[in-house]
Amino acid sequence: MATKKTSSSHPAADAPKDPTKRDFLAMASGAVAVAGAAGAAWPLLDSLRPAADVLALSTTEVDLSKIPVGQSLTVMWRGKPVFVKHRTEEEIAAAKDVNISQLPDPETDDVRVKKPEWLVTVGVCTHLGCVPTGQGMTDNKGEFNGWFCPCHGSAYDTSGRIRKGPAPKNLVVPPYAFLNDTTIKIG
Amino acid sequence: MASTVYNPNTKGWKEWLDHRLPVFTFMDHELNKYPTPKNLNYWWNFGSLAGITLVIMIMTGLFLAMHYTSSTTLAFNSVERIMRDVNGGWLIRYVHANGASMFFMVVYIHIFRGLYFGSYKPPREVLWALGVVIFLLMMATAFMGYVLPWGQMSFWGATVITNLFSAIPVIGDTIVTWLWGGFSVDNPTLTRFFALHFLMPFLIVGVVILHIVALHRFGSNNPLGIDIKEKKDTIPFHPYYTIKDMYGLGVFLCIWAAFVFYAPNYLGHPDNYTPANPMVTPAHIVPEWYFLPFYAILRAVDFNIPLGFYTIEAKLGGVIAMFGSILVLFALPWLDKHPVRSARFRPYYKWIYWTWIIAFVTLGQTGALLPDQPFYFIFFGHEVSFGIKTITVAQISTFWYFFVFLGVMPILSKIEPVKALPYSISNPVLTAKEGK
Repeated sequence: MATKKTSSSHPAADAPKDPTKRDFLAMASGAVAVAGAAGAAWPLLDSLRPAADVLALSTTEVDLSKIPVGQSLTVMWRGKPVFVKHRTEEEIAAAKDVNISQLPDPETDDVRVKKPEWLVTVGVCTHLGCVPTGQGMTDNKGEFNGWFCPCHGSAYDTSGRIRKGPAPKNLVVPPYAFLNDTTIKIG
Repeated sequence: MASTVYNPNTKGWKEWLDHRLPVFTFMDHELNKYPTPKNLNYWWNFGSLAGITLVIMIMTGLFLAMHYTSSTTLAFNSVERIMRDVNGGWLIRYVHANGASMFFMVVYIHIFRGLYFGSYKPPREVLWALGVVIFLLMMATAFMGYVLPWGQMSFWGATVITNLFSAIPVIGDTIVTWLWGGFSVDNPTLTRFFALHFLMPFLIVGVVILHIVALHRFGSNNPLGIDIKEKKDTIPFHPYYTIKDMYGLGVFLCIWAAFVFYAPNYLGHPDNYTPANPMVTPAHIVPEWYFLPFYAILRAVDFNIPLGFYTIEAKLGGVIAMFGSILVLFALPWLDKHPVRSARFRPYYKWIYWTWIIAFVTLGQTGALLPDQPFYFIFFGHEVSFGIKTITVAQISTFWYFFVFLGVMPILSKIEPVKALPYSISNPVLTAKEGK
């Protein structure tokens, strides 16, 4: 563009008759290039989603007959612990006797269980994913006698609801169904 | 450029090659002819130390990768095999593992030096921003590297940090599942972290090259913070600063070697010698020391922030504060508009600077403690405590960390007196202006 020689010998360097037309062509071809690059990147990024074999391993069956009243079992479902708690009468009463409106994530105990004596929750703190303590008989169960997360101090009650600490949500209740009185299928 | 064409003393193959690929001209221009302020002190060693550390990390990492297996069933044992069976494997791994700590130590000093002497100020804003990009890439690389041994700290560190993204409203959980490649940190996560941990150091090399290009555009800042005025203010980089850098490197490598040979696990956590167990979280998980200040900022936000139209939950607030604490560095050249670069000639900022450093170090200590326990620190072997809860100390320090950048610096830009600066680097005495 700088010298006369190139501008006369190279038609592309001539001053455009209609500058807006050239700008439009540049922007349009740029947009197509960006769309093409995004389209090419998509299968790469999509490959990072859970693969078919990971999705296939998504149910777990639990035999409830082996869990005495007052104790809990931890089973693995989708690589995460699930707490299956056989609650005592006192624990059920404590879970029901709560002013729902004062909870950070208001939920009644009834909607969190299928049978009051069995509480099934994903054993992963809703803050940053640690496994709360409280499954063992001698574990720290926290201020509300449910579970206590050692990472950042969240305390859950006997319904697995968040009562204190940084976690925003109650322990998640996974989808599960009673296959019979003593067996559940999670997932 | 034409004036700096290299004239090799020896003709022959060097001249032949230089004509076709001007590698000697380039080196001559960037080392022999590159004018460097003659008053640089030892705080200016840390850039080259960081660069050398990066090379050592890539070299040791390459050889570790030849022995490592990125599968959840084999990863832990492959690291133990490196430690016990691979010839000199323990040495390579300890150099690499402690190298991460050394890298951050050097880079923190490098950043603090820039903060004190105003190295982020015009015309070096882009140089500074590229440095912040390097720092972010380093953090991502170090985090993913720490996951690879697949110990308890690896697993739970990965779980906690990836869960940070679940704080994003609406799409957070989808993003986390995508990051994991599953429903928890598992084999797909480990393999992709290994691939990215291998790649990212080379991205860092790329940004480091840009960092150096931007540096050589205007040359190094210096302790006086004034521009180069005349030729006698400068000396050639080589041999004067190459030898000074080599001396600093010797001291630095002694410290690194002391850790490798006498306290190789001092900066690590014993829990990471327990294989990862997705069912049990260790009682006290803490990040590596170089992440503690940012971890403390994350935890400091334990309250919801009502904005009227929307309430930011504590979890999201913590994540925003943590990322914001680094992103605010990008804005620093525009937050601090005071015309004087060096804190030596800024009567207020020189003190504010140290309060910020104290806040940063205090954040590091709060990050290592449990939020509800009383805050304490060790001072010459004595435990000092004021009976204040750790979370409270972290909140005060977090406030000060941000307030220095967002409040104090803009105010100082307006009210801090502009003192008389030295006439030049070779005439650093203020009276030199009168012609002495």
